[in-house]
Amino acid sequence: MEEEKNSRRTFFKKSLTTGLASAMSITLLDSCNDLAKPEGEQVMVMTTDGRLVAVDSSAMHEVSREPAIGDEARQGIPGRKFVMVIDLGKCNNVGKCTTSCQKGHDLSASQKWMQVILMKDSQETDPYWMPKPCFHCDNPPCVKVCPVDATYKRQDGIVLVDNERCIGCKFCMSACPYSARIFNWEDLPQYEDTETTYSPETSVPGRVGTIGKCDFCPDLSRKGKLPHCVSGCPMGAIYFGDANEDAVSNGTETVRFKKLLADRYGYRQLEELGTEPRVYYLPPTERMFPYERGLDRLDEKHLELYKDII
Amino acid sequence: MAEINYDKLLAKFEHPIRKPSRSWWILMAIMLLFLLIGVFALIQQIVHGHIVTGMRDHVVWGVFIVNFIYFLGIGYAGAILACVFHLTRLRWTKPLHRIAELFAIIGSCIGPIFIFLCIGRLDKIHYIFTYARIQSPITWDVIAIVTCLILDFTYLYIAHIRDFAKLRDTKVFKLPAWKKKLYTKLSLGYDGRPEQIKKLNRAQNILAATIIPTAIFAYSLLGYLFGMSLRPGWHSTLFAPEFVLVSLYSGIALLIVLMWVYRRRYQLVNIITDQHFYYSGYALFLLSAGFGYFTFSEYITEWYNVSVTHGKWISKFFDFSEYGGMSLITILFAIAIPLIVLLIPKFRSPDSITFVSVLVLIGLWFKRYLIIVPTLETPYFPIQEIRPEYVHYQATWIEWALTLAGIALGVILLMIFNTLAPVVPVAEMEHEDEITVPKPFYHSIK
Repeated sequence: MEEEKNSRRTFFKKSLTTGLASAMSITLLDSCNDLAKPEGEQVMVMTTDGRLVAVDSSAMHEVSREPAIGDEARQGIPGRKFVMVIDLGKCNNVGKCTTSCQKGHDLSASQKWMQVILMKDSQETDPYWMPKPCFHCDNPPCVKVCPVDATYKRQDGIVLVDNERCIGCKFCMSACPYSARIFNWEDLPQYEDTETTYSPETSVPGRVGTIGKCDFCPDLSRKGKLPHCVSGCPMGAIYFGDANEDAVSNGTETVRFKKLLADRYGYRQLEELGTEPRVYYLPPTERMFPYERGLDRLDEKHLELYKDII
Repeated sequence: MAEINYDKLLAKFEHPIRKPSRSWWILMAIMLLFLLIGVFALIQQIVHGHIVTGMRDHVVWGVFIVNFIYFLGIGYAGAILACVFHLTRLRWTKPLHRIAELFAIIGSCIGPIFIFLCIGRLDKIHYIFTYARIQSPITWDVIAIVTCLILDFTYLYIAHIRDFAKLRDTKVFKLPAWKKKLYTKLSLGYDGRPEQIKKLNRAQNILAATIIPTAIFAYSLLGYLFGMSLRPGWHSTLFAPEFVLVSLYSGIALLIVLMWVYRRRYQLVNIITDQHFYYSGYALFLLSAGFGYFTFSEYITEWYNVSVTHGKWISKFFDFSEYGGMSLITILFAIAIPLIVLLIPKFRSPDSITFVSVLVLIGLWFKRYLIIVPTLETPYFPIQEIRPEYVHYQATWIEWALTLAGIALGVILLMIFNTLAPVVPVAEMEHEDEITVPKPFYHSIK
């Protein structure tokens, strides 16, 4: 068992390094990017779907790790199918996912792209804290209704918003059954940032009068890093990874995606709507704390929010 | 309707056609004032962003989209009424044609203004055309609205040609030279030759037959825009037919109100008779019954067996701390009072029918509010938000000022149209009286 776990881990490590480095269909490991190599030399490269292939070194070039702009930001990272798994048993309403997301995306304190809500499914069942990002649906109602192609589905599964295109009609907001979209109501000082090149992958700088939402941080994926909310969560409640690789990580442990879902009865929100979300939840079975712990640091104003539940 | 002296009838419209009266200018000034306040509010919204409105992340559209649906509904209803009147050759409706044609155009022009107010980046509005995606119901709506506007304008113009010609030739009052010239241009050389009449009639027939299904479908599209959403309260197959019925209902109500206003203003008691009010009142009655039926079907179906979020939504209509009061107003104004007043002969009079129509117009505005706001306030996931304005929508003065400005703009446009042509199609009525009335078809049965 231990051995199996190890080999899986090494396998994952290998494929993660090769995979994250690849933005083109066939790319190379960091160590292979010496462009001075004589022509004709064959380099062994593992593709994102796990095949080992030989490539002429002259045909290779280094992959950009910058956030994509323009058409490339609409294509997505080839070979990827990003997924998120949120372990409800671990969430303690610390709110670090929200704040680190806000920090990473230059948002104000009220713009919650990742929000933790208190859920109670029925009278007798126990409440639980639920971090709620954008679900990056495979059948996204928001993308369907966009009149100007400002929000789109990429081949890596991510639904992005192009704020340069967005006209702010808010139809996507009303179409989203998960209330995942946030409008940029006010012109914030950080929107004035002229130094940063806007990319739909970073959603920075924001623009007043357009829509913002969780973007699964594809710019970080290009750099081989985990999204802000994942690395920000001290409980390790949020896992992020690639369904093609069948691996997700919360920063401290990396596990098999399918096995995690199978072992912990993973499910998706409002499955019956047919939106096919890319965010999975693990039921709050193996709780690390009672849900009341999440109320500890709250003032009266916030406690008032949950009066119907607690 | 015989024995009308059409020159005398035309003379009633000397003001404002020849020269607007003082009262016209006073009303115009008041309306312009409202419009100016609206423009000021609009500038506020453009400068400070949508934060100055009551719209927030859950209720993303508020009073603006309510007005959009409302005015567009009035517009489509006007178009349908005018065309149905024309095609069915209901002779008694002749004096009402122009009124319906006018609010068809005005409603369809003002409605879209309100959808622009919902848009965060007006500077990029042309993307709707340059990056149009046919999958989006908004694109359908753009196509539908533009199509209807073109058809309506063409129809309005064709329906005006005879009156333009009459005004060009009239000796009843002396028009200023520029206006005479304008009518000469606009009447396209119409002088009542048989082939002109034939062509005009044919054009009007074809347009009317095109406009009716187009308008019905265009307003249905608006119903689909909401109905196709997955939201509890919107996802309903009833929406499109209900939208069309509500649109006709508000159209008839507005027609009656305008009939009342114009009858008083131009002393048209012999032209817009009491009988006109009674007949329109019957239509109003039927539509209020239809509206009541739709409302009942909607509430009872949603209430009897209900999913969780639907349940939260429907319960808001019976809760007076939520939308109970507003839904009661809708039921009283647009269902109960019209049914009672119009059903009992003793209560029926031109004034009471007009009063009921005003109530209907108010009630149907609230109906649209109830379609939009409670649904947006009831998403699948609970709204856990400490800022109260994000939980409950409350329109700000900006939105109310712009709403009033929209109504004012409607009145202004109506008044401007009134300076161009009489509000009843005088020339057409005259022509109708001249031609021999075709005998009813049963006379040909031997």
